Amino acid sequence: MNALDNIPLWIAILASFFVVLGATLTLIGALGFARLERFYDRIHAPTLGTSWGTGGIIIASAILASHFEGRFIFHELVIGFCVMVTIPVTLMLLGRAALHRDRAENSPILPPEMRDGPIDTTLEDPSEDTQEQEDPETSEIPVTTAQGTVSAEKSPDEEKKGE
Amino acid sequence: MSRLIPHPMLSVALVLFWMVLTSFSPGHLLLGSMIALVAGRAMAALHPERPRIRRWSVVPRLLWTLFMDVLRSNIAVTRLILTEGNGKRSSTFLVVPLTLRSQNALAVLSIIVTSTPGTAWIEYVSETGMLTVHIFDDKEAEHYRKVIKETYEPMLMEIFE
Amino acid sequence: MSATILTFALSYAQFALALAACLAGTRIVKGPRAQDRVLALDTLYLTVMLLFLVTGMRLGSIFFFEAAMVIAVMGFVATVALAKFLFRGEVIE
Repeated sequence: MNALDNIPLWIAILASFFVVLGATLTLIGALGFARLERFYDRIHAPTLGTSWGTGGIIIASAILASHFEGRFIFHELVIGFCVMVTIPVTLMLLGRAALHRDRAENSPILPPEMRDGPIDTTLEDPSEDTQEQEDPETSEIPVTTAQGTVSAEKSPDEEKKGE
Repeated sequence: MSRLIPHPMLSVALVLFWMVLTSFSPGHLLLGSMIALVAGRAMAALHPERPRIRRWSVVPRLLWTLFMDVLRSNIAVTRLILTEGNGKRSSTFLVVPLTLRSQNALAVLSIIVTSTPGTAWIEYVSETGMLTVHIFDDKEAEHYRKVIKETYEPMLMEIFE
Repeated sequence: MSATILTFALSYAQFALALAACLAGTRIVKGPRAQDRVLALDTLYLTVMLLFLVTGMRLGSIFFFEAAMVIAVMGFVATVALAKFLFRGEVIE
């Protein structure tokens, strides 16, 4: 606590602003997370905390740290990098897992055209890894029947591509 | 050379990380370099598609667009969560056909889509290139389709393909 | 003066983050489905990590940063494993 005494006022105000911003955004995200009714809505709420929630607190921490010790700031950058890279992976996996489970039980949460989408093709990460499709020509692969309903919505685009 | 250090960028980044997290000393440099080399070999065993960045000049523009987008959608989602009570908002699934095929570009796109509040990456089918995104506010759906299709995809194609 | 502002802001942040962790905790209890609980656990990890960061700023201690980093990595691994579990029903294939 006593270490905080000899900080210039403007640094204190700047750091306080970012701390309050980050904490408030995280709190709003958690509030939305607790209040929203459907899973697919809820998956958006934590992203408030992961984007500017984490960002604000990390910036504030970096401001304070750079005042105390010049090179300490990298710690915060590493944490921010970790959060930025790992959160998409977890949220993507959770979204796909939820979709998989909702499809398996034909849940009414999903719009009808998504219920009988591809169940097996998208689950395996290795299958995506083995297909190294570099050329854009492969995008004209005929749509399989399992996805007929999904792509039916996009039929104008499909026709444009086919021409 | 490429046998010994299959992923030079990854190894250099790991050494830098190591030096940042520990205080600098020759011993740590040696240890960090060894770990980075082993990690590079381990990464090569996974056979990822080698990232090739063709045009670095687009990267700052991409970062700036992402920064502004995240700021904008943070405000939008915050407002929506706080005014949830009047119940006018409904969410929707958006299907975007992608022509982007490079795995690295898709990985970057997934980070972009996920870190923007209000959009969540749900599913990508690699055979058809169909990306399903969940949109928090369906009034924004057309905006996000445009952003993904007309802003980010061309930029990523310029960078990676 | 500057210490007062900072202490106030950091106390507020600690309070807000603790409240956010509690809200995530209620979602773990309430569910209703497994994916909600996993997402709640992920949110809980993130909030607690931010709480550690703020506490570290307040106490001026570096150890909280190391702890925050460990929590971030642990949360990632835990969530990925649990999400994999939701796909298949078994963690180890």
